[in-house]
Amino acid sequence: MIEISNVRKSYGDTFVVRDVSLRIPRKGITSIIGPNGAGKSTLLSMISRLVPMSAGTVTVDGLDITSTPSDVLAKRLSILRQDNRVGSRLTVRDLVEFGRYPYSKGRLTLEDRAQAARAISFLGLEALADRFLDELSGGQRQRAYVAMVLCQDTDYVLFDEPLNNLDMKHAVGMMKLLREAADALDKTIMLVLHDINFASCYSDYIVAMRDGAVIRHGAPEDIMTSEVIREVYDMDVKIQEVQGRRISIYYA
Amino acid sequence: MKLLLAASVIVILASISLLIGAGDLSLTALLWPQDGQHAAQILLISRIPRTLALILSGTAMAVAGTIMQALTQNRFVEPSTAGTVESASLGLLAVTLFVPDAPVIVKMLVAAGFALAGTTLFLRILRLVPLRSVLTVPLVGIMLGGIIGAITTFFAYRFDLLQSLNAWTTGDFSGVLRGRYELLWVAFALTFLAYLAADRLTLAGMGQDFATNLGLRYRSVVSLGLIIVSMVTATIVVTVGMLPFLGLIVPNVVSLIMGDNMRRSLPWIAVLGAGLVLTCDIIGRVVYYPYEIPIGTIMGIAGSALFLFLLVKGRERLA
Amino acid sequence: MRENRQPIRALLILTALAVGVIALFMTLNARGQWDFILAFRGTKVLTMVLVAYAVAVSTVLFQTVSHNRILTPSIMGFDQLFILIQTSLVFTIGSAELTALDTRLMFAFNVTAMVLFSSVLYRWLFSGSSRSLHLLVLVGIVFGVLFRSLSSFMQRIIDPNEFVLLQDRLFANFNTVDSNLLAISTATILIVSIFGWRLMHVYDVLALSRETAVNLGINHNRAVTLILMMVAVLVAASTALVGPVTFFGLLVANLAYEIAGTHKHRFVLPVAILLAIICLIGGQLILERVFAFDTALSIVVEFVGGIVFLALLIRGVAR
Repeated sequence: MIEISNVRKSYGDTFVVRDVSLRIPRKGITSIIGPNGAGKSTLLSMISRLVPMSAGTVTVDGLDITSTPSDVLAKRLSILRQDNRVGSRLTVRDLVEFGRYPYSKGRLTLEDRAQAARAISFLGLEALADRFLDELSGGQRQRAYVAMVLCQDTDYVLFDEPLNNLDMKHAVGMMKLLREAADALDKTIMLVLHDINFASCYSDYIVAMRDGAVIRHGAPEDIMTSEVIREVYDMDVKIQEVQGRRISIYYA
Repeated sequence: MKLLLAASVIVILASISLLIGAGDLSLTALLWPQDGQHAAQILLISRIPRTLALILSGTAMAVAGTIMQALTQNRFVEPSTAGTVESASLGLLAVTLFVPDAPVIVKMLVAAGFALAGTTLFLRILRLVPLRSVLTVPLVGIMLGGIIGAITTFFAYRFDLLQSLNAWTTGDFSGVLRGRYELLWVAFALTFLAYLAADRLTLAGMGQDFATNLGLRYRSVVSLGLIIVSMVTATIVVTVGMLPFLGLIVPNVVSLIMGDNMRRSLPWIAVLGAGLVLTCDIIGRVVYYPYEIPIGTIMGIAGSALFLFLLVKGRERLA
Repeated sequence: MRENRQPIRALLILTALAVGVIALFMTLNARGQWDFILAFRGTKVLTMVLVAYAVAVSTVLFQTVSHNRILTPSIMGFDQLFILIQTSLVFTIGSAELTALDTRLMFAFNVTAMVLFSSVLYRWLFSGSSRSLHLLVLVGIVFGVLFRSLSSFMQRIIDPNEFVLLQDRLFANFNTVDSNLLAISTATILIVSIFGWRLMHVYDVLALSRETAVNLGINHNRAVTLILMMVAVLVAASTALVGPVTFFGLLVANLAYEIAGTHKHRFVLPVAILLAIICLIGGQLILERVFAFDTALSIVVEFVGGIVFLALLIRGVAR
């Protein structure tokens, strides 16, 4: 379980995240939604100790993230931020194998290599495994990063807008894959998503943020209502039930 | 296997390097000594130290460049485009002024301290610059180097040390003799240390977020890298003088061919670095025989031409 | 026109200051024969005024053409190019014949070669509107290193034993100036100025953007080529007189934009020229008479100029 209590991020007088408290249960997919500037990415970065908190505490399975050694944490929790631009010329296989770093510290065992190979095939990257990252398309690269994070094999996996750079087909493929990881591999997955319909279709739990605060959280049925969406996005949308899923119509 | 082949090319280059020079040192003179005592002495006192110095410094400088590029995540940075070399020279000048009789190891350590401070300052300034494009980074480094260089020149001018300064900033192996190059083994040891930390340095090169996510203590790896780079630069500046562009060309070429996983690329970078230095030195020695053109000049020409080529041709990839 | 009030006032104040500095330089601490002092110091003042003029005008025009505030001809390697041409000349003709050669003839030849070569080189660099500013600067700096290395290579080959003497001649120095050279430089600069004055109306339009200039009916390519040729001549004149001064133009041009408070060239250019005169003669005055240093001015300019450059990068001017 991830426990977030009174977490705050401020720069001088401006608050990016104000006193957020949340419990993320073990297993399943939690999506964070909200308008631009709501503080979603900052919250995710603070949970994963990439950005220091101004106040508050976060514990992962009881381990306080500020006091737990970084390499211990790296075996429990992994994160992929958006807009990753790795300047190094690494092959896909190199990159994915670096996911084993917390365990191997660079001395890869046979088991580590097998693990990396599994992650590569899980993402369907076998044919590209020995290509350099800078020779791939944006979508392929995104999949390679996801493979690295999965190869890290942590109970908790955090993604900041994992659907960036992906077309319709690959976006759906990615969400199905995350769902599979949560169901078959018992992962706990946290996502920041822009498309609320993806959040509705694939998550177990939705957190809605606005102006740095969590204003609603609950199951997709509770969040996907016209009232809640208006409160979050200041926008009137129709919610329709399509094949048992709640879908919002916001294009017109 | 290919690496073995490359290493044997180095051995051939090293043998050529051993055999050319003003004194008579043909193979026949060595193997069938008539006046053999003499030839063997040249070999031991001058030629072998020189060849070793070339290999050691070429290796160390190329690796130092690679580390700088990983730490700044920028392909155009190396000790001479980051203020490191100029800071080391300033430190050396300070020691020479205040403690002229200090042993060479002390001079090296002081120069390394200055180099570390200067490079850290460079990284600090980088953080202040908004809109960091790929090319701003070396630009800032070159300008910072210019400023520090101006300070150094000013004092060197005042205290009549311009000539020593010139020796530190342009690489020249003609003065290498037994007893005057051994400090370079320190640089070599540091290079080996870098190889041991290759995975960590590669990870650091992927950026702070990636490194932290994988449980790496990013700051301590950056510090380790900076210390290695500073000490290597200081050692080379103290013993043979600066070798410009080496740390730029070699890592870029190797990266183009085999990528940036240092566990794999560092041996190649080391071998190519040694090879390039040996070749430039041989050219410098034969092109205007029996006079010598300093290696710094030869590398300035070859290096800047290659660098221009990389800049203009390889920009799509580098940007 | 009210909007012109600030630049006009600035011009008046600067003129007064410049005259004051010159007067002070001519008279301060003067002991002994007045004719001698006036002739000696007069030559020096004339040299500095010429250099200030050439550097200020060439930098401002270069920045107008390249649409930025951090590029200067020296940063782009113009003056290193001049030294390279000079060295190659010595190299091909031979130093013995060279001493017999008229300085004026040699100067004329240098300038012609420079204009031809630089217009080809820099036209190539500026063609292709998509080239980024930072790439240009980096290419320029590396060109500078290449030119310098080539020159020092040739200097070594010319006479390995006396190359230091040759290098001395190329170090920025306001004290020893050939009077023949002074005369022909004055003439050259005058001709360029008369020519350049007639283009005054074009500069303001060119500064807007290439598209706007073309839209307003200016033959952009022709205008840029003409200006680059003028810049080449001015740089050649200043470098021939005192050697390279890398950051001086940058310093003066950016101060001028601030002080003039307008982008109209008929104000910016004179303000820059006056500022350059004040800085150069004032700086020399302070260093020479107050601190009793001799030729360290170029080093101080390098120092201050480098800091200004970094400050400009940090303030984000270099877009």
